[in-house]
Amino acid sequence: MFDIERWQEIFDTIRKNKLRTFLTGLSVASGIFILVILLGFGQGMQNGIANEFEGDANNLLGVWTQVTTKEYKGLNPGRPIILSNRDYDYIESKYSDILEFKSPNLRIFNASINYKNESGAYQVQAVAPNYQQIENAEMLQGRFLNYKDDASVAKVAIISKKIREELMPNEKNPVGKELKISDLVFQIVGVFSDKGGDFDESRLYIPQSTGQRVFNRGDSLSMMYFTLKPQATFEKTLAASNKFNSEIETYLKQVHTVAPDDGSAINTFNTLENVKRFMGMMKGIKLFFWFVGICTIIAGIVGVSNIMLIIVKERTREIGVRKALGAKPWSIVWMILHEAVFVTAVSGFGGLIFSMGLLEFIGPKVEVDYVLNPSIDFNVAVTTVLLLIFAGAVAGFFPAWRAASIKPIEALRDE
Amino acid sequence: MIEIKDLHKSYKMGSNSLHVLKGLNFNIKEGELVAIMGSSGSGKSTLLNILGMLDELDEGSYTLDGVPIKNLNETKAAQYRNKFLGFIFQSFNLINYKTAVENVALPLYYQGVNRKERQEKALKYLEQVGLKEWAGHLPSELSGGQKQRVAIARALAAEPKVLMADEPTGALDSQTSYEVMDLIQKINDDGNTILVVTHEPDIADMCKRIVHLKDGVIVEDKKVDQVRASQYV
Ligand SMILES: Nc1ncnc2c1ncn2[C@@H]1O[C@H](COP(=O)(O)OP(=O)(O)O)[C@@H](O)[C@H]1O
Ligand SMILES: [Mg+2]
Repeated sequence: MFDIERWQEIFDTIRKNKLRTFLTGLSVASGIFILVILLGFGQGMQNGIANEFEGDANNLLGVWTQVTTKEYKGLNPGRPIILSNRDYDYIESKYSDILEFKSPNLRIFNASINYKNESGAYQVQAVAPNYQQIENAEMLQGRFLNYKDDASVAKVAIISKKIREELMPNEKNPVGKELKISDLVFQIVGVFSDKGGDFDESRLYIPQSTGQRVFNRGDSLSMMYFTLKPQATFEKTLAASNKFNSEIETYLKQVHTVAPDDGSAINTFNTLENVKRFMGMMKGIKLFFWFVGICTIIAGIVGVSNIMLIIVKERTREIGVRKALGAKPWSIVWMILHEAVFVTAVSGFGGLIFSMGLLEFIGPKVEVDYVLNPSIDFNVAVTTVLLLIFAGAVAGFFPAWRAASIKPIEALRDE
Repeated sequence: MIEIKDLHKSYKMGSNSLHVLKGLNFNIKEGELVAIMGSSGSGKSTLLNILGMLDELDEGSYTLDGVPIKNLNETKAAQYRNKFLGFIFQSFNLINYKTAVENVALPLYYQGVNRKERQEKALKYLEQVGLKEWAGHLPSELSGGQKQRVAIARALAAEPKVLMADEPTGALDSQTSYEVMDLIQKINDDGNTILVVTHEPDIADMCKRIVHLKDGVIVEDKKVDQVRASQYV
């Protein structure tokens, strides 16, 4: 296969037909370049969107309440519905085997917080220890709430990084320090940060029992949060969570005497539905980029084929001369294919290395919403180059074979 | 060396068919220098192309050096062209991106001669046609006469049994034509068999035999006293 004489002949031809070689190479290289950048940004968008969803646990379920909108069993509409510890305890014990994390949530808006001379208004949430997993909160210092805090109705608080920066900018480690919530002294036991950003960081966490007691809320709750243990497939988890939501909604409507068709009093949400939408969107984006990518490849193949046709046409007379001098048809075909494959391969891999290098270099620097670290699967890229080389060879073969098998006199007559 | 019997050739153009060669018979022996004469359109090139295996005959037989040339596939034909035949065309047909010496070396490439030997041989033949100093030049840097001499060197390089020249002086002025004919005569003096197609009587007179074609038949086939071209150069 490795015939030094033939390689020399090919190199001679390439060296002496620089423009032709350059144009062929350029079209192949730019095709690959466009494809790599395109697929790279497709991946980047995927990463970016996935990142936006990273803030919370993906299979988060929740319940919140409003006033009733329908008359039911003699009760007037407009009656506020308030969740209670009993509701929470019932659900927790009934579904204990499918629940993964769970937490009640009592919200006190705009509580005044004082640290030494600094003060501010923040939201206080009285929650269970599992709330850390539910919010995906990351502990920077100290710890999150635990069951002992709740059982002992401890006056402990977890503050956010934001609060630490705003109220105690000089305090490197506020764990163990005291602050006042609505003039009551609490001990700081931990500092958290939340990928959810400003909104999720404008708050403090205190134990559920403490919250209900110090803010005089009896056993009332603002919300309940649950996550389910993941099932074998996403579809199954989604089905289980929808079933769970509708069951607890029915149950809560019963115990709170709410009309079954009241769409407002008791509300549930399910982030898996978002995930589903998001996954559908991802699929769409992926499909789109592949579609555009495949179109690019097809355009590349058509381009390479055209170039091959033009090259063969341009060289018809030369082929006639070579045949008159004793070139066999196969040696003509090989001459053309050898050159085509060599040029496509070199420029294809050149374009690949260049574009992947560029992606590698600028990828991590890209800071646009919904685009994160564009990158490309190496195998996909290499396969594409091989496909183009193959296409170039096939596209070159037919005209080359035709030119090689016509009578030399016809080739020589070509102008 | 060459034997043709009852050779016919027509060109088909749509439903029409143009009968160009209508039953030609002749033999050419080794060492001959034959002119194929005739007016334009009389079928000279058609005949030469068939003899040169660039085209195929319709009817009759053609034997080249004892080998019947019939129904050859392109691969076989390529072998015979490479081994038996050297071509000189009116329009030179040099490969424009190859230098003079590379053009001359090309038939040797197809004979499987290695690079070094090709180079040496090609230079030797360029020297024979007086163009050794021009070896590294592209065809576009050569005059018409020089191009034709490169083409002659290329035809010689394969050391063919028969040289076929189709109007080798057709694109040249008379002075250059004589120089080329002088070269052809010298090559013939060395014993090479040469066929020259021409419509110019003075060129034909520089051969040793004239075959006169008219309307696809041979009207005359005579030996002549060769006019030496060297007296004009
Ligand atoms: N490829 C072709 N197709 C059709 N007719 C042709 C072809 N080649 C030559 N002819 C015709 O055949 C006749 C002989 O042509 P040719 O052999 O080239 O003549 P000459 O070389 O003597 O001028 C001419 O009438 C020419 O038009
Ligand atoms: Mg002619």
